[in-house]
Amino acid sequence: MSATRPRTLFDKIWDAHVVERLPDGTVVLYIDKHLTHEVTSPQAFEGLRMAGRKVRRPDATIAVVDHNIATDASRYGTIEDPESRQQVETLERNVKEFGVPYIPLTDQRQGIVHVIGPELGLSLPGMTIVCGDSHTSTHGAMGALAFGIGTSEVEHVLATQTLLQKPAKNMRVLVEGNLAVGCTAKDIVLAIIGKIGTAGGTGHVIEYAGDAIRALDMAGRMTVCNMSIEGGARAGMVAPDQTTFDYVKGRPFAPKGEAYDRAVAWWKTLPSDPGAHFDREVKLDAHAIAPQVTWGTSPEDVLPITGNVPNPADFADEAKRAQVQRMLDYMGLTAGQRLQDLRVDVVFIGSCTNSRIEDLRAAAAIAEGRKVADGVRALVVPGSGLVKAQAEQEGLDRVFKEAGFEWREAGCSMCLGMNPDKLKPGQRSASTSNRNFEGRQGPGGRTHLLSPAMAAAAALAGHLADVRDFQPKG
Amino acid sequence: MQAFTTLTGIAAPLPEANVDTDKIIPARFLKTIARTGLGKNLFANVRYKADGSENPDFILNREPYRKSEILVALDNFGCGSSREHAPWALLDFGIRCVIAPSFGDIFHNNSFKNGILPIRLPREICEKLMEDAKLGANARLTVDLARQVVVRPNGEEIPFEVDAFRKHLLLNGLDDIGQTLQHAPAIDGFEARQKAAQPWLYA
Ligand code: SF4
Repeated sequence: MSATRPRTLFDKIWDAHVVERLPDGTVVLYIDKHLTHEVTSPQAFEGLRMAGRKVRRPDATIAVVDHNIATDASRYGTIEDPESRQQVETLERNVKEFGVPYIPLTDQRQGIVHVIGPELGLSLPGMTIVCGDSHTSTHGAMGALAFGIGTSEVEHVLATQTLLQKPAKNMRVLVEGNLAVGCTAKDIVLAIIGKIGTAGGTGHVIEYAGDAIRALDMAGRMTVCNMSIEGGARAGMVAPDQTTFDYVKGRPFAPKGEAYDRAVAWWKTLPSDPGAHFDREVKLDAHAIAPQVTWGTSPEDVLPITGNVPNPADFADEAKRAQVQRMLDYMGLTAGQRLQDLRVDVVFIGSCTNSRIEDLRAAAAIAEGRKVADGVRALVVPGSGLVKAQAEQEGLDRVFKEAGFEWREAGCSMCLGMNPDKLKPGQRSASTSNRNFEGRQGPGGRTHLLSPAMAAAAALAGHLADVRDFQPKG
Repeated sequence: MQAFTTLTGIAAPLPEANVDTDKIIPARFLKTIARTGLGKNLFANVRYKADGSENPDFILNREPYRKSEILVALDNFGCGSSREHAPWALLDFGIRCVIAPSFGDIFHNNSFKNGILPIRLPREICEKLMEDAKLGANARLTVDLARQVVVRPNGEEIPFEVDAFRKHLLLNGLDDIGQTLQHAPAIDGFEARQKAAQPWLYA
């Protein structure tokens, strides 16, 4: 690799992890950190066992349970659902047999894998990070190359600490200007997906840049990178800067003392060189972004909260018209309806997109001194035990409980319908998670994606609402 | 992994874009610890009614499509999560090949690892194949991986692209891990160099 060619952040991390290049361009890529959870790992460990293979680097691997578990006190007893219980028990057996470090449910550090990675300093700038989970893109906010893999690849990494990969293309999304009042990282990323579409990033790794991205704290950057996969991208990343270095410093698994200084010196070389080539570039004006909400069953079906449900007849393409009609039927919507008139049954504040302390503070600021509307079930699910403890120290749990929100234990919860927190058929939810697919939050459930502050506003109003009408009381 | 050479079979038309992995197999079926047995849950939310009975309108519940080995869909098939349960469910149902204008990246990757061939073809061609597929058992498609062509019932041959390395593994039914372990000395060397330069990565 010539040292003179300007390279992107992605190129630099990629080049630093090439073990070998095969003749057809496939690369044996070294993986620095491998996060695993109970849902996508059982068949991988089983594969190792059958082939008589070991985990090559248990020290670079960590396991946690997050998807299957209940988020109330019942989780500390026996898991009721026999299949969920079997998955959790299988993981516990596997980590013991293969010597993989494990964070059990009873450990305060337990939480959603994509929340605890950065929080514990397991995910660091410059790393290659993988997990059998598409939202691994979250960790790209650290200035890392982080992407989701399937179970066969989980097994491949366990056995070899590498993956067979073809390089991705480079895409840059530039977000310039200041965000308007009431708008957040979630609104930025929903607006990006609305613009590029759910396949807009296919085959690419997206680098988010521009002063609006620079101005985000690490939690905001994680929210943006998290949803890269909803834009079809392999991964999303933000160049490491002082915000990143300050965030990493002092985290339990982060380098300390002289090692930290050496690490920072290397991390500072990672940002894209001036003139580096991007195969595709997209620009957004941060100031033009209004609070966003999805209306359909794909994350690209997004509009400003001031908008109206679209009319299928307004789409030129016949297939698209049919698709929009199907979505309206599924979502129980009529063309032209004001988004702000849609009553919600459930509000979910949580998931690896928006369950960090900053997210909870934003929601609590809106909820403080107000009440959840009658008939609305509102849940707040911290992303990890540590986030929960921090929130309780700040008194956010009291704010939520007094307003009528449920205050839960950490986990994936209602982000996906595989643990006890589910929508009932036909229920409409305002959710801070990342996917509004049919049945994602439970069969027949109807999901509207939005930011934590917007979710809190919906809980108080009893319908989708504009957070700008709810200025903090406190 | 079962090798993939040529396949002649019934193709099911699924004229939809953005068929996501939650649709291919909903999350509640991911609680298994096995790779097999998921075929009955394929497309469960649309394939069955609330009472568990079959939805007669869904393509895979109709003859001859119950025996489909090929699926023809529209853009961005398999978008969404990384769940390998999606190709496992397709495979367990009997599908060995999916043809679409584009695919979710991870699904595309996962398919190869399970002996399923995902073929990208321009939308107009997918629509033509969709028309063939609608003719059912009288219009079987043939997929010839070695020659990289899809053969339509009228004999027309449509060439497609496939990554050379993936093709090699698929034609021979080879597993990736075995291939990679041939590079073990290079991996050892990489680790020694990285450990010297970035010791904090080796706790
Ligand atoms: S919170 Fe949702 S998206 Fe994130 S890891 Fe859990 S299930 Fe996946």
